[in-house]
Amino acid sequence: MSATANKPSNSPEQLSGDQLSGERLVELYRTMVLSRYLDERVWLLNRQGKAAIAASAQGHEAAQVACIEATDPTKDHYLIYYRQFTAMLALGTEPEEMLRGFLAKEGDPMSAARQFPLHGAHPRVDLFNFSNVIATQLPQAAGVALADKLSGSDAVTIVYFGDGASSQGDTHEAMNFAGVQKLPVIFFCENNRFAISVPIEKQMGIDSLASRAAGYGFPGVQVDGTEVVAVNEAAKAAVARARAGEGPTLIEASVERLLPHTTDDDHTRYRTAEDIEQMSKRDPIRIQSELLIRRGLITEAEDEKIHADAKRRVNVATDTVDAESYPGVETMFDHLNVEYREEHEVSGGDA
Amino acid sequence: MPEKTVIEAVREAMQIEMRRDDTMIILGEDVGSRGGVFLATDGLIDEFGENRVIDTPLAESLICGVALGAAVNGLRPLAEIQFADFVWPAINQIVGEASKVRYGTNGVKTAPMTIRVPYGGGVRGGLYHSQSIEVLFAHTPGLSVVAPATPYDAKGLLATAIRTDDPVIVLEHKRTYRLVKGEVPDESYTIPIGKAEIKRPGTDMTIITYGLMLHYSLQAAEMAAANGIDVEVLDLRTLRPLDSGAIAESASRTGKALIVQEDTPAVSIGSEVSAIIGERCFFDLDGPILRVGPPELPPMPFSPIQEAAFMPSPEKILTAITKLAEI
Repeated sequence: MSATANKPSNSPEQLSGDQLSGERLVELYRTMVLSRYLDERVWLLNRQGKAAIAASAQGHEAAQVACIEATDPTKDHYLIYYRQFTAMLALGTEPEEMLRGFLAKEGDPMSAARQFPLHGAHPRVDLFNFSNVIATQLPQAAGVALADKLSGSDAVTIVYFGDGASSQGDTHEAMNFAGVQKLPVIFFCENNRFAISVPIEKQMGIDSLASRAAGYGFPGVQVDGTEVVAVNEAAKAAVARARAGEGPTLIEASVERLLPHTTDDDHTRYRTAEDIEQMSKRDPIRIQSELLIRRGLITEAEDEKIHADAKRRVNVATDTVDAESYPGVETMFDHLNVEYREEHEVSGGDA
Repeated sequence: MPEKTVIEAVREAMQIEMRRDDTMIILGEDVGSRGGVFLATDGLIDEFGENRVIDTPLAESLICGVALGAAVNGLRPLAEIQFADFVWPAINQIVGEASKVRYGTNGVKTAPMTIRVPYGGGVRGGLYHSQSIEVLFAHTPGLSVVAPATPYDAKGLLATAIRTDDPVIVLEHKRTYRLVKGEVPDESYTIPIGKAEIKRPGTDMTIITYGLMLHYSLQAAEMAAANGIDVEVLDLRTLRPLDSGAIAESASRTGKALIVQEDTPAVSIGSEVSAIIGERCFFDLDGPILRVGPPELPPMPFSPIQEAAFMPSPEKILTAITKLAEI
């Protein structure tokens, strides 16, 4: 991997020996399609008044599955942010579990419905997202990686963030420290060119976010985030580097945010019709579908079946979770780290 | 029993805990070969090496964010913030993040981390080396906040903080570091978080205080005794959760309460103590709850005469004692 940015990504047509097998590519595509239908369903549930808020991964699916595919969920750590919908599915989260988060139902695996969807900690893999505050996860990722470095573990920490987070001081502080300590951490930026409404040219005075890595003493690579193979190759190189004790890598995956920032946003207020039309050409589902058909890995009929299966799976999950209960009021007192009830026994805190 | 200063007690607690738990690390600015600007970590890098005593870049948010990340991945970090006045960049990682980890993950993650924060004035520190910042943390559900005032309490509470599986803020008053000496056993011991202690028993009124003001209050109580007023002094030691039982018991028994603090009085620890006494002791009180504190202005002037005028003193406390005794 080159230490400079703007390394041209591998063409998806040029497959080398250790690249993803056709079988894995089809599997990843299945996850992407499932993610897309589930994501669309969540927006529908929002419009029905059932899901209070959602941020979409539509447009980010390829980057997310391809990065996860390069890691080892049995030991690696994933510090995600709110748009990691597809990554969570790729790590084995069931559609029902995702929907319990969005509908704030009992059994939400991440936070027992205390937090926004995709916030909290995963019960089976070391994936977590403590808060809605942008970029706080980057110094935390450096700390997670520091613990592995000190204990001699070869686990890798992958921390996800968007272009918006790249402007935060925490991002600089974390990358600087990771460079100093040569930490086994991968900074994975999904650059969709918008921090809610603020376009990339108002966020940074450079063309490539990856070029910042040079200032911290580790490699930065820019890849087309709609190409599964390109992202996976970059992530595999970064994982190998981190496991070998050679330090961090910054990966900038260029993606499109096909929907507004969240269900509460309207991107027609700040994006032109032409821009919205143009970005739909970079829909990773369509790109991957065409690639798999062109390479003979699936037929058009098989593609239709993948879509039909995903839609059915989402319908089943929706029916199941829609009928489930909210957590009881009494559970809001579970897992407090400081017991204040005695302190407040007179002032009404003993509910 | 050997006599030690507060800073020696703090250092000893860290050394003992580092020896008994090899997952413990210390990180902060100048904590390595410099030994910290107050020498709290003096010599620790020699014994434990630079993997466990980590000099960080000058970045407080990083220090607390890294401590949090390490804490949820098997380590037991102690982060040192050089001066309380510099803690603001880290508030996001402490108040925003660490305090909510156990609750926000429904118990899947816990953050066993300690943050040592030297605070307080009377040290010619001006506006940015004198601040009392306890209320910011004490107001946050999910954080424990301790403020030991004596060497014995400093060692025992710091040990407890380190062994606690959730974030604890340890406030150490800078002026007490070398000024206050006391008996401290060499061996390891702990003091429970959330327990106040009567440092001077009395019958006529209760002073509720913490930090440097404990020592000024004890001096004032001695002066009052010469005038025939018997003052009880209750050292809060922990600011959250407050020992409301001990506060109410003492105030009810003596019938009068005087709150002494160095922090700005409005919306402060003293305000909460006052509310607890008002709620629980109303029918036992023989007078109003009074407070001694500094004037309402940004703490605190650098100029020596102004600094002295700003700080509560044993004499100012004695004036309040006398006033309350006469009611």
